[in-house]
Amino acid sequence: MADSARLLVADDNKVNRLLMTRSLELLGHRVTVATNGREALDMLRRDTFDLMLLDIEMPEMNGFQVLEHLKADKQLHDLPVIVTSSLESVDNVVRCIELGAEDYLSKPVNPVLLKARIAASLEKKRLRDELKVMLHRFATREVVQDYQQSGLNLAGKRVRASVMFTDIRGFTTLAETQPPEETIELLNTYYTLMFDAIQNNGGVVTQMAGDGFMAVFGAPVPRDDYCAAAVRTALEMIETMELFNLERVAGNKPPIKIGIGIASGEMVAGYAGTTERTTYTCNGDTVNLASRLESHTKAAGRTILIDGATRAGLAENAKVESLGPVEIRGKAVPVDVFSVELGQKL
Amino acid sequence: MDAIDKTIFNDLRATAGAEFVTDLVNTFFEEAPAMLADLRSARAAADAERYRRVAHSLKSNGNTFGAKDFAAQARAIELGGLAADPARDIENIKALEAAYNQAAAALKKLTHG
Repeated sequence: MADSARLLVADDNKVNRLLMTRSLELLGHRVTVATNGREALDMLRRDTFDLMLLDIEMPEMNGFQVLEHLKADKQLHDLPVIVTSSLESVDNVVRCIELGAEDYLSKPVNPVLLKARIAASLEKKRLRDELKVMLHRFATREVVQDYQQSGLNLAGKRVRASVMFTDIRGFTTLAETQPPEETIELLNTYYTLMFDAIQNNGGVVTQMAGDGFMAVFGAPVPRDDYCAAAVRTALEMIETMELFNLERVAGNKPPIKIGIGIASGEMVAGYAGTTERTTYTCNGDTVNLASRLESHTKAAGRTILIDGATRAGLAENAKVESLGPVEIRGKAVPVDVFSVELGQKL
Repeated sequence: MDAIDKTIFNDLRATAGAEFVTDLVNTFFEEAPAMLADLRSARAAADAERYRRVAHSLKSNGNTFGAKDFAAQARAIELGGLAADPARDIENIKALEAAYNQAAAALKKLTHG
């Protein structure tokens, strides 16, 4: 027998409800019932179900309306729904499928068909859930939501955002002096701490390469305070690294130093790659500048460097030091660069 | 013509269990008179939506138990909707009530010996 699933039966007719419940319980499932569409929707929003068996002809809110609500609901739009009704026209059945119903079974429901359709729907749901877990593992919540809402759009769109590049100083030397297992463990801890700070401030990590990574603030979900969010994150990251280094030094390990470059402005954000293999990323001059600023932290002997646009996006009282126009590789004219004072709260 | 199609009824018993089907029939006996009354009241209020929906529900229950004639009449009412002449609908409801009584008598015999 298939694993027991939590099913919701929505039907205004008592005889139909009892019979459907009986059939489903005989298949080993746990069943909750709703007597109309509105009640069903309330239950779905309160509780978690694996699948719903939905009648169409119901008072208060009919099955079509329930399907419309589900389609528009981010939390519920992928709940599998099998419509069970004795609709008289094929058009109505088509309408159910168009509104997102997974399947249609006409009443009286044949128990063998019921078993097969439920098993198939639950299997599809299991695969979808697995895919979701995978997506979350490889992408942030914001990127997953953007993907689920807008699909895979390889064209990209113009956004205004801040981009951050981060790198561990002297990582190669460090990696050469310790066993690779220790390096992996260090990187895992480092990434966990840094990604936590980024995610807490609404940022999205778009690329990881060795000990460096790129994060974006203001895309895919637009926000006005992207400059402040990026700099606040950078300050939190440095603070976290200081705590982390206390532990390392106590364990006779060398401290880890990082450099951060942030630039803000217009860029193209979206999925880059092919429909088979893709990554959410940002491109444009702003992105290149952020990468150059991160590199420049070594020459400048500073930890966090930002460009003029990012400075302009911060509050007046933010403590920054102007390093003046700086020649940046790849830039025709010198760029205004600012160093962010550490230890401040934005 | 038998009021209940024995093949359908026996299939229902075989899949859902005889005892459960007896309980289900009793539920039908409790529910159907109120539904038939609702059909009359929907006709009196000229509430086409409710009229169609109640007929649809009765059809569905008739099909479940193999009450073919009853289900066919309920279906005709569902598809016909409200007639311009209310008297025609009242006649149809009366005929449906008669079909229900026949189906109920046959179901009682089948479930209560």
